[in-house]
Amino acid sequence: MSGIKVENLSKLFGNNPKKAFELLDQGYSKDEVFKKTGQAVGVYNASFHVEKGEIFVVMGLSGSGKSTLIRCLNRLIDPTRGKVIIEEEDVTAMDYEKLREFRRIKQSMVFQRFALFPHRTVLENAAFGLEIQEVEKEEREKKGKEALELVGLEGWENRYPDQLSGGMQQRVGLARCLAVDPGILFMDEAFSALDPLIRREMQDELLALQEKVGKTIVFITHDLDEALKLGDRVAIMKDGVIVQIGTPEDILTDPANNYVAKFVEDVDMSKVLTAEGVMIKSKAVAYPKDGPRVALRKMREEGISGIFVVDRQWKLLGYVSAETAKQAAEKGDTDLTNIIQKNIPSVLAYTTLNELFETAANTSIPVAVVDEENKLKGLIVRGSLLAGLVKEEAND
Amino acid sequence: MINTEQGMSQSLKNKIIALIILAVAVAISLAYHFAPVAHIDKIVNPLNIIPSIPLGAIVDGFIDWLTDQIGLITRGISDFIENAMDLLTYAILWFPSFIMTILFSLLAWRLSSRQVALFAFIGLLLVNNMGYWTEAIETLSMIVISVGISVAIGVPVGILSTRSDLIHKIVWPILDFMQTMPAFVYLIPAVFFFGTGEVGGMIATIIFSMPPVIRLTGLGIRQVSQEVIEACVAFGSTDWQKLTKVQLPLGMPTIMAGINQCIMLALSMVVIASMIGAGGLGDAVRYGVSRVNIEVGFESGISVVILAIILDRITQSTRKQTEEEGE
Repeated sequence: MSGIKVENLSKLFGNNPKKAFELLDQGYSKDEVFKKTGQAVGVYNASFHVEKGEIFVVMGLSGSGKSTLIRCLNRLIDPTRGKVIIEEEDVTAMDYEKLREFRRIKQSMVFQRFALFPHRTVLENAAFGLEIQEVEKEEREKKGKEALELVGLEGWENRYPDQLSGGMQQRVGLARCLAVDPGILFMDEAFSALDPLIRREMQDELLALQEKVGKTIVFITHDLDEALKLGDRVAIMKDGVIVQIGTPEDILTDPANNYVAKFVEDVDMSKVLTAEGVMIKSKAVAYPKDGPRVALRKMREEGISGIFVVDRQWKLLGYVSAETAKQAAEKGDTDLTNIIQKNIPSVLAYTTLNELFETAANTSIPVAVVDEENKLKGLIVRGSLLAGLVKEEAND
Repeated sequence: MINTEQGMSQSLKNKIIALIILAVAVAISLAYHFAPVAHIDKIVNPLNIIPSIPLGAIVDGFIDWLTDQIGLITRGISDFIENAMDLLTYAILWFPSFIMTILFSLLAWRLSSRQVALFAFIGLLLVNNMGYWTEAIETLSMIVISVGISVAIGVPVGILSTRSDLIHKIVWPILDFMQTMPAFVYLIPAVFFFGTGEVGGMIATIIFSMPPVIRLTGLGIRQVSQEVIEACVAFGSTDWQKLTKVQLPLGMPTIMAGINQCIMLALSMVVIASMIGAGGLGDAVRYGVSRVNIEVGFESGISVVILAIILDRITQSTRKQTEEEGE
């Protein structure tokens, strides 16, 4: 199995973890354990699996153990108990030599306060990982330049980090990782030190970049909006324990406990909920070969005033309203081909609600929800849009 | 409220206890002074129970023993330093003094600034004019070689002290000891192991000037930001790569400050070392002091100052350069 697999990972700070583990296993809390044994709990029994090519976000407030967790994955901090298996190799069992090899080739890390080398130029920073791998100077400068280009920093190669703005410095941090072309990126609060505007810009760019490079990314943040925006899946941590893992929508619509629920109550649902989440399944569809009378009957049965027309593969062809169907029936048409209204509003399944309000407002017929292949998945009427929002608010 | 009241009564109690202790001490001391028996302290002083510890004799014996044991090594070191010293002094003095003055000024210009170069030029002409050129060059050679050895030993020791807490715990108290020990005292073991003359003087100089190199190397490396070190490790660097690519370059301004201090200490020590016949400007200074000869004292003294300012400015500006590169 590729990707990252973490099993019962724990990190205690202190020199007598045994007693502390006994208490933890009995269900004592982090604070109680600290009071009784003096052992600080960083992470306790974290288990998860990150798929290849996925952005996995670990979200938690400061002190929740998220930074310790990510450092256990490349053993900047040695875990006390548990296993980390990355691309089928047990990282926790590696000796010093193998671990270094793993760090050089398989992974790279982006840091909160950038951690650039102030005595090196931007290019030398970007090429650092390759320099450590003892790649020839010419080769590593070429790759460093490519990486800088990827993050939009061409032309800045010979500057020093302190001549760059915070956002640009973090781009260098990102380029430094991309230059070694690892399969895995660890990003520790990578955008937290940036101001909100730049942060959003960087988030968008990371998503765009991810489309291109397809890395496996573990992203740490304390910002829920960031977690929901970037994460294919999100793990929420509290007091060293993972309390919930799920897609952003799972987290919002089905919080595992009060803690998570409290967290998500301030989130603007319209930015997170997708069309797929609020659409209703279309109860009936018509096929082009259906006569207008068949279509009318389907409409009458379901009590609707129009019907979507699809082909045999459920690809959306258009819409027929009850009125035009009636006229066609009176004219004696035997199929729907002539009366299909082709220019109808449709949105992709993962469109967020705030983006489809306008579409929904400007049309009198329901909005069709389709996937990338234009296959009909459901439909949204204005009522269901509001209902979707209200339902989520009521759940909180 | 209750807490503060308790606190106040506690501090009052402490004060009363302190007063009582003081009163008892004064009372006993009074009794000592006015006792009818002469030298009562010799009779009833409780400290007399402990016999006087022969600390000095023990160290003396140890040094004697050591001199016998390591005679071969000390002779080797002695030969090495003497040869290096002679070679360097001879090489510099081989050039006519005015050519050397110009070369030094150009070097100062290259390493530092035009002002320093100008100062070096005028200063060295003055030294030459006063007739202390040979002595100044001897002193300079002693400094260059002692500082070279101090740095060659001090920087690695400083690095080692950052790598293990144990070494740190051993080295730091020794440094405290070395730095508080009066400078003259170093002359004694130096004479024991290496005899009088320039070698003994330089050994004392090396020991005396090494602590700041060790301390500031350790400090320079320790103050490199933890996150930068973490980044370095996260890319899979070896310890050696971490040291040479990140820690030393970033610690360089501080290490240079240590070397600067080392040079200044060495300069002060080579003057003191004239007491054991180290030669150079120190000899002239000592002559001036012992004869209360103001003329010789001032002229040799000002030569030392000129040498000190030139060396200080040059090393400081190289430090600033590394700082700028570091930023």
